[in-house]
Amino acid sequence: METVRKGFITSDLVKSSLIGALKKFNPVTMIKNPVMFVVEIGFIFVLLLSFFPNLLGGGEGEHAQLYNAIVAIILFVTILFANFAESIAEGRGKAQVQTLKNTKTDTQARVLLADGTEVMKQAHELKKGDIVLVQAGEVIPNDGEVIEGIATVDESAITGESAPVVKERSGDFSSVTGGTTVTSDWLMIEITSLPGESFLDKMIALIEGASRKKTPNEIALNTLLVSLTIIFLLVVVTLYPMTTYLNVHISIATLIALTVCLIPTTIGGLLSAIGIAGMDRVTQFNVIAMSGRAVEACGDVDTLILDKTGTITYGNRMATEFLPVKGVDHQTLMQAAWLSSLTDDTPEGKSILSLACDLGVNTKDEQQLIQYSEHIPFTAQTRMSGLNLQDGTIIRKGAYDTIKQDSLAAGQQIPTNLEQLVHQVSAVGGTPLVVSMNHVILGVIHLKDVVKSGLKERFEQLRAMGIKTIMCTGDNPLTAAAIAKESGVDSFIAESKPEDKIKVIKDEQALGKVVAMTGDGTNDAPALAQANVGLAMNSGTNAAKEAANMVDLDSNPTKIIEVVEIGKQLLMTRGALTTFSIANDVAKYFAIIPAMLMVAVPEMNALNIMQLHSPTSAIISALIFNAVIIPMLIPIAIKGVKYKPMSATKLLQKNLFVYGLGGILAPFIGIKVIDLLAGPLLTMLGL
Amino acid sequence: MWQIAIVCIIYLPLVILTGHYLFRVTMHKKTWLDPFMDKVDHVIYKVCGIKQVDMTGKQYVLSLIISNAFMVFIGYILLRIQSFLLLNPNDIENMEASLSFNTIISFMTNTNLQHYSGESGLSYLSQMLVIIFMMFTSAATGYAACMAFCRRLVAKSDTLGNFFVDFVRVITRVLMPISIVVAIILVSQGAPQTFSANQTVQTIEGKMQDIALGPVASLESIKHVGTNGGGFNGANSTTPFENPTVISNIVEMLSMMLLPGACVVAFSLMVAYRKKKTIFGKQGLTIFAAMGMLFLIGLVTVYIAERAGNPLISDLGITQELGSMEGKEMRFGVAQSALFTTVTTAFTTGSVNNMHDTLTPIGGMVPMFNMMLNVVFGGKGVGLMNMMMYVLLTIFIACLMIGRTPQFLGKKIEEKEMKLIALCILIHPAIILLFSALAVATTSGVAGITNPGAHGLSQVLYEFASASANNGSGFEGLADNSTFWNVTTGLAMFFGRYLTIILQLAIASLLAKKMWHSDSVGTLKTDTSMFTFLLVAIVLMIGALTFLPALALGPITEHLQIHS
Repeated sequence: METVRKGFITSDLVKSSLIGALKKFNPVTMIKNPVMFVVEIGFIFVLLLSFFPNLLGGGEGEHAQLYNAIVAIILFVTILFANFAESIAEGRGKAQVQTLKNTKTDTQARVLLADGTEVMKQAHELKKGDIVLVQAGEVIPNDGEVIEGIATVDESAITGESAPVVKERSGDFSSVTGGTTVTSDWLMIEITSLPGESFLDKMIALIEGASRKKTPNEIALNTLLVSLTIIFLLVVVTLYPMTTYLNVHISIATLIALTVCLIPTTIGGLLSAIGIAGMDRVTQFNVIAMSGRAVEACGDVDTLILDKTGTITYGNRMATEFLPVKGVDHQTLMQAAWLSSLTDDTPEGKSILSLACDLGVNTKDEQQLIQYSEHIPFTAQTRMSGLNLQDGTIIRKGAYDTIKQDSLAAGQQIPTNLEQLVHQVSAVGGTPLVVSMNHVILGVIHLKDVVKSGLKERFEQLRAMGIKTIMCTGDNPLTAAAIAKESGVDSFIAESKPEDKIKVIKDEQALGKVVAMTGDGTNDAPALAQANVGLAMNSGTNAAKEAANMVDLDSNPTKIIEVVEIGKQLLMTRGALTTFSIANDVAKYFAIIPAMLMVAVPEMNALNIMQLHSPTSAIISALIFNAVIIPMLIPIAIKGVKYKPMSATKLLQKNLFVYGLGGILAPFIGIKVIDLLAGPLLTMLGL
Repeated sequence: MWQIAIVCIIYLPLVILTGHYLFRVTMHKKTWLDPFMDKVDHVIYKVCGIKQVDMTGKQYVLSLIISNAFMVFIGYILLRIQSFLLLNPNDIENMEASLSFNTIISFMTNTNLQHYSGESGLSYLSQMLVIIFMMFTSAATGYAACMAFCRRLVAKSDTLGNFFVDFVRVITRVLMPISIVVAIILVSQGAPQTFSANQTVQTIEGKMQDIALGPVASLESIKHVGTNGGGFNGANSTTPFENPTVISNIVEMLSMMLLPGACVVAFSLMVAYRKKKTIFGKQGLTIFAAMGMLFLIGLVTVYIAERAGNPLISDLGITQELGSMEGKEMRFGVAQSALFTTVTTAFTTGSVNNMHDTLTPIGGMVPMFNMMLNVVFGGKGVGLMNMMMYVLLTIFIACLMIGRTPQFLGKKIEEKEMKLIALCILIHPAIILLFSALAVATTSGVAGITNPGAHGLSQVLYEFASASANNGSGFEGLADNSTFWNVTTGLAMFFGRYLTIILQLAIASLLAKKMWHSDSVGTLKTDTSMFTFLLVAIVLMIGALTFLPALALGPITEHLQIHS
């Protein structure tokens, strides 16, 4: 928490944001934010009136000039605060852009021509389809696909992950990103993007906000704010002839003050900061959203489609226990299992070794054993693997049926409880591997998909939020059901092929659901495109990244859950501050209306329920409150309102209480406090 | 107080029954009138050449506007030449141009703002062919628009329903039968229904008095059933011939409350359609409850204000034991008057059984505020549509607060819809405030104001609120038969009616064409008591915030002044 706070606003950021805020006073920029534009026009009017108090008819009283000047200053500060909020939000993104830009310094690329010759070119001159050779220590000039070679690549510039990744031809690790560095060996790369359109360029543009388009919901909310502004402008404009008819004199500055207090300046001033900061939160999370629309859509997700492998489980099955058959002791089985996997490079094999080591297997002579034994790899014909030791001992492991056949063929008895053990493992979704020594079956290794820790609670939260989870897996239904039960997903699709995902998505969409999914392979691309929210892994293929509307730079599929929360948080922040802003008006009315009319209708004091010091003090206090509430809410706008997963009804109740009721009460207190301070001061000034 | 309670208790079962009936008529389900009315309808369809094909939203609105324009044209001519036509036993003159303009807009828009007195300004033929005719057709237009609107909210396509068919069915199956029943009850209570001329009689004081007669009962029934409000006589339902007894008073109130409430029930049943059988439906119940809450707040305020009496009159030594009786009929008293006042402005009928101008300032502010909100049940279907704008707005804000993009009945509310909703909500205050400002800023406007100071401003605000809300009740006291007032209120009624309906149907069309999204635990529940509460809060917030400054200058100032 402490580090977050430190990182939130630095003095450098404040300085640059203040300058940015002043620049934004330019009416051409300002008009993009109609609510604040109205304030600016008001400010210009009052400013003129504080120099030329008789500009609009005059008769404004002896202290008009001072009063006008005070109002003008407060209006100026109001606009400054609003601009400042936007600048701060932008500034926080800029730091990130700078590091990215540094990696984008133009690099030399070694282009291989069709005739085999090499030509050096600037990275920005590269065309789609060019073949380049990149060697250890060199920077990859642009996005592309590996067509030859295998090398490690340092992608920390983009992902922040310092461990280099292996890139090789074909498969899911073939795509490389411009700006990353080859750290060993060499790669031959076919360039797949045009200069200036690489992933890095897009990222910079997105974060910089250059390509920031207002999202659909932001536009809709802005429409609402503009119409509220128009209504209140109408209220004030028509108030003038009505008061004139009743011979009540109200100064122009007061009318402008009333307008500014009533129009939704709080949310109007913070709206774009909320949007920028929302996108920024996604980016800080190392996810690149291709559009704000995608982030908003996240808030609406009803169904999450998750791959089992890599998302729900750790990807590889791991050995979790050794189950000896009757008459064999645990140690013997473990030793045999260990031996069977000594030269097995598969993740399963490795997990058997590590489990055996953990359980205290005898590992002496390991090197010797490896050197002098005959390694029997797994083949489609034999369907088992193992070792033939120097002394002629034959160790095998494999599927139940295969080992059973082998054992029977050698004339051995099948242990009576073997089948029961195998079933015991399958029943809980595990994969049984049977181990034999010299064709005598010793026992079973339980291979298990290990569910990532904490997921069960996560899925429970999602359920509370009304989000359904569907697990897709190629496993058989029994295994799938067991994993589903263990991880707590709502439903699963077993034996699914990549095409099935599209079908599931379409079916869910036909039911009116908004669907999110993660994927990395090329065959995931159509499904990623079909889903409302598609999160591609950065380690995945370019096709997948193109089809998705978000890319996770850390390639952690579980992140989609957090992204959904960020989307919700973005919308909630807008809603909460809008409610707060509108609710504020009640107190401001109670401050200003009696103050405005009290001179002509002394009975109006009955409505001065805050017992404010004087009419002038009431108006100034309301106006000051209106200004200072903006910077006070900047932290909420930028960090987003707190979000805990819960049902919609509860969430609404909570937010209504905090921002609705709070929005009504806070200004009563705020204005009263400001009045207590400002009232005597204004009296001293003779107002 | 018990009189108020009784009306409310009778109202509830009545409104639910009528709602079910309205639902069946709207959805073309079997009703008991079908065997007879189907034949009548077919004759009408044949004579008028109505093809019963489904229309798109655009075609629907266009048909509505064109048919209304045609009726306005015919009606205007009739008013201008009424002295040459039949059924004019009292020799009424032709109506003046600006007054005819105002009157015809007034009745076509279901407003029934009357800048004339019926007994001296209209022939019996005009009363029937223009006034009563339009009372039916304008009410039917409103209901037809509401049907089209509600259907589109629950439908998955924009092509459904035919304006002319809806229009005819509402008249033959809803307005006609109910009006006939109500008219007969009113006749039984003593309301006249005759073509004979006004009679001059000698009163017991020995003076001569003109007794205005005519086909009063038939007008009186549709006036309330269709939430029209235009009286046969200038003094409207205060006169014993329009509203003879307490029973007729209750019948009149119930008949104006009946259909606007039933519309909400019908909409609710449409939402619940195909889900399960229900008496009311939760979605409508939340909206009905919100309207009911606003209604009760208003009613209690008027009652308390009138009950408390007027301190200026007490100071004169006149007892205020019965409450403030100035401008009220003895046979109704404060309770029935307060109820009638609230009902007629909440349900935007506009008939009056007491002089609203003489209500206490706060008592007079409530009817004004009801019309400014224009969503407390409201009139003939359009009230529901107006409330739906606030429902959509509330959903927009509430959905954001739970982190979802706004969605109602499975349809997303996006930029385009929001623009139209905002415009819809904007039109009404814009009309009231701009015209009021214009009136107090021009000499021809000020000329009509008959009271000095705050009360004068109240008169102006009331008049335009009444016009824009298509209510039609007058604060009276305003000398409003002048070119300025005829034209400005005419325009206010016109824009308040048609701009709103066009925009509302456009919103419904947009929503109808949208992709449908399902509901889950994560989506906003729009049928809970919390939503009702939030809806009321938003209505009050927007309404109060918009009109508070004007109200502070008018009734609130007046109230504070007479109580100081």
